[in-house]
Amino acid sequence: MIKVRIKKALVAGHGPISLEADFQIADGEFATLYGPSGAGKTTILRMIAGLSDPEEGFIQVDDEVWFDSERGINLPTQSRRISFVFQDYNLFPNMTVRENLKYALQDKKDEGQIDELLALARLTELRNRKPATLSGGQKQRVALIRALLRKPKIFLLDEPLSSLDQALRLELQDEIYELCARFNLPTIFVTHDLSEVFKLSSQVFVLDNGKIVKSGKPGAIFNDHNLSGKFKFVGTIVELLKEDFLCIVTIQIGQNLTKVVATEEEASGMRIGDKVTVAAKAFNPIILKP
Amino acid sequence: MSFDLYPLILTFKLALVTTLILVAIGVPLAYWLAFTSRKWKCLVEPLISMPLVLPPTVLGFYLLLLFSPGAFLGGFLETFLHIRIVFTFSGLVIGSVLFSLPFMVNPIKAGLQSFPGALIEASYALGKSRTETLLKVVLPNIRPALLTGIVMAFAHTVGEFGVVLMIGGNIPNETRVASIAIFNEVEAMNYANANLYSAILFLTSFVILFLLNAFNKRAFKGIV
Repeated sequence: MIKVRIKKALVAGHGPISLEADFQIADGEFATLYGPSGAGKTTILRMIAGLSDPEEGFIQVDDEVWFDSERGINLPTQSRRISFVFQDYNLFPNMTVRENLKYALQDKKDEGQIDELLALARLTELRNRKPATLSGGQKQRVALIRALLRKPKIFLLDEPLSSLDQALRLELQDEIYELCARFNLPTIFVTHDLSEVFKLSSQVFVLDNGKIVKSGKPGAIFNDHNLSGKFKFVGTIVELLKEDFLCIVTIQIGQNLTKVVATEEEASGMRIGDKVTVAAKAFNPIILKP
Repeated sequence: MSFDLYPLILTFKLALVTTLILVAIGVPLAYWLAFTSRKWKCLVEPLISMPLVLPPTVLGFYLLLLFSPGAFLGGFLETFLHIRIVFTFSGLVIGSVLFSLPFMVNPIKAGLQSFPGALIEASYALGKSRTETLLKVVLPNIRPALLTGIVMAFAHTVGEFGVVLMIGGNIPNETRVASIAIFNEVEAMNYANANLYSAILFLTSFVILFLLNAFNKRAFKGIV
């Protein structure tokens, strides 16, 4: 269980903002901090970790007070039992995969755990490699299990998947979810990816301009306006094929290609590379220029 | 006149002792300079770099004044601890340590400053102390800078002249290092001996720097 109530003045891209957060997360709860970049998500995580100091407030994990501005308590990072997973992995380049994990061990007697976790993350074969020779997904797996070897009281993940490609993201999302469930800790996951919020979290805090503007279950927060009943996507025209009086328009939406039929008249204003909205009204998808 | 090996042995002994002492004080000093936010750092930094611009004789002259038996500090050391600094090996070491300090501290400081702070934070987040982080994460990763500091300090000590002459004098088998021996031989018109000393210093210095370069290229490849 973690209780957080913190305040700090920040300088964001568009000027000074006041970061204020007040929330608590129970054991086994997976919470996401969601919001645009510069909203203060990472700073909240860093303050919980003790890597950055709030101006005032209170942070308590279980029955340990980590920060209390009134009583002048501010535990150093080393004394806070956290697992911190960074966006850019932060593996130590001078150590092999196994040495990185061994360095994280709190008690040398637990060395057996390393091999167990290596096997779990399918990294056994790579244990003697240096981080520089690993792929992004492999690096983040090492970082994840390294963080877990700390025997944490709370799990903090700062956009751990944002530099990976889509397929790997999905795979690692599942792994993160399983690992977190296994350890039954409060987890805070920072992201600006809506699909991650839905897939992983039991609780979401939407952060904007330093303030938590909404919080609750992801379904309840986003379903009302962001996902309406009819579907509607923005895509790019990649091909226009004229056939008699019709035109077949190929549109790329994310990583998918879709073909939509347009009349000659509709297609006359379209060029390859145009951004268009694809929406389904009743049964027929129609294409609209924005 | 026969060729005396002692100045060469003394030179390398001096360089070795100086370098060992410099590692012990240079690393913590560089660490402090790289990470402190204290204001008086701006006074310490130029002081450390002074030997880069100052004529070595100036430093030697002040050391001579400070440690001569008639001066306060020199007198104190002589009377109470029975230690004499001027015209002894200890004097040479003190002079060399001060004079080679920037060659050790500056590369290490630069290495520390360019080291990613995120890796240090990652180590703290794993519960590791500052010292453990420094020894196991930071220093191994800035090995090229560390090695540059060590080698430059060693090579620079080998090449000293002004400071050692001022504080050590020119006592055969005591404080006469190779660089002074060369000067001596030239004054005595023994060009052959001067040539031999010079050639040995020239070659050793070249080999040291060549090996440093070769090693740093390899080390760099290993890390990136």
